[in-house]
Amino acid sequence: MNENSKISLRNVSKSFGHKHVLDGLSLDIAEGESLVVIGGSGTGKSVMLKCILGLLEPDDGEIYIDGQQVVGLTGRKRETALKKTGMLFQYAALFDSLPVWENVAFGLMQAHGMARKEAKDIAIDKLALVGLDADMANRNPSSLSMGMQKRVGLARAIATNPEIIFFDEPTTGLDPIMGDVIDNLIRDCTRQLGATTLTISHDMESAQKIADRIALIYKGSVVWVGPADDIDHCGNPYVEQFVQGNIEGPIELDILKP
Amino acid sequence: MEWNFLAAIGRVTLRFMAAVGHLSLFTVETVKHIALPPFYFRIFLRQLMSIGYYSLPVVGMTALFTGMVLALQIYVGSSRFNAESAVATIVVIGLTRELAPVLSGLMIAGRVGAAIAAEIGTMRVTEQIDALVTLSTNPYKYLVAPRVLAGMITLPILVLIADIIGVSGGYLVATESLGFNPSSYIKNTFDFLETRDVVSGLIKSSVFGFIVTLMGCYHGFNSTGGAQGVGRATTNAVVSSFILILISDYFLTVLLLD
Repeated sequence: MNENSKISLRNVSKSFGHKHVLDGLSLDIAEGESLVVIGGSGTGKSVMLKCILGLLEPDDGEIYIDGQQVVGLTGRKRETALKKTGMLFQYAALFDSLPVWENVAFGLMQAHGMARKEAKDIAIDKLALVGLDADMANRNPSSLSMGMQKRVGLARAIATNPEIIFFDEPTTGLDPIMGDVIDNLIRDCTRQLGATTLTISHDMESAQKIADRIALIYKGSVVWVGPADDIDHCGNPYVEQFVQGNIEGPIELDILKP
Repeated sequence: MEWNFLAAIGRVTLRFMAAVGHLSLFTVETVKHIALPPFYFRIFLRQLMSIGYYSLPVVGMTALFTGMVLALQIYVGSSRFNAESAVATIVVIGLTRELAPVLSGLMIAGRVGAAIAAEIGTMRVTEQIDALVTLSTNPYKYLVAPRVLAGMITLPILVLIADIIGVSGGYLVATESLGFNPSSYIKNTFDFLETRDVVSGLIKSSVFGFIVTLMGCYHGFNSTGGAQGVGRATTNAVVSSFILILISDYFLTVLLLD
């Protein structure tokens, strides 16, 4: 494990039946760094994220956050480890049964035991940070557009001022302009917090905008990792094929050829 | 052919045993989280309203018409051997010991069990349960424990109300249609009614409340496969609740007979 790593994955493997989704994946993310993991659908990006968060248990390998092994943590220990993280889900995953402000303040009230009034004030501040006014606070999440839901999700992810923030496909399902708005918000909010971020995406424009470094996953392991500025001229055939969107190349697609 | 048949039996047996094991672990985890703090009182109160108060009309209607029909049917039967005076006693004992708890349990399984499975199932497939975990909140404690506890407490209260409404229904039919004397009907109702008749029904209903809410949570929690999976979870929650209520009713009756 790299001493300076905030998050470190060592030879992580995960299979579902006969399908090896993660195959000895290793990756280090330094403190304050923004790493974007790119890769085609079904290459193991989301599974990797779920393994880090403890939503899935890896079959093999080690995952460290701040030097603490998090694989196998349960109960209070896991909850404590997760207190330093925030997460923006692909489709926001807002709680339908709660108004917008309670969604944002959820972590503050449940995990940090903050009083409702104080938590509501912070939630409204965080909503303002993502460009939503206080009138939104009492609305139901289901009445919001996907772009607004993502912004509420982002406000929820940063509400507790976490040290680490995970983003799962932050621009999926959004029009290009709203995608750009979300990218800018992610970049600004995380820089303001000084947080370490791990983003999963297959949107190259978004990746280059928010990343310090980019890693490409193929068949469950990292085939290239390097600075975001190098991605267009790195000389790696996998990266070139992915960035250019070519059918021909080393990346095999799970589709029947005509 | 014979081998295939044996293999099929083996597969079904293994699947059944796995399901029983899975459900047992879920039950143990649920009971553990009911007993141990923290306790989400606000959610518990919301569930009391949702399971108890909003079920009053359906349980009340069921009890009223069951009491009315019971009085008519018992009158027809008892008049064949001149035992019409037993109508009031049989109605009250039949309702308190058996019909009110079982029919209320079945109605609640249809109304509440299905709703719980659909709500938690939707939360599962839209990653809201994963979001809970990332916000350092145990989903068993937050989603399952308050619902199951509310089910165990509210169903006996509903059944007590159903007992009163059902007996009133029987009284109405007996006095208005069958020509019974009102005061002697009331006297016959209470003269032979014992505390244990009512208490045994309340104990049964608490167990049924546990079964219905547990099945709703279990099937919702383990739903997979999008909208179709949520639909399947809802159906399974209702069907398994019905079956378990009917099976446990027999064993509880044997246990509470004396």
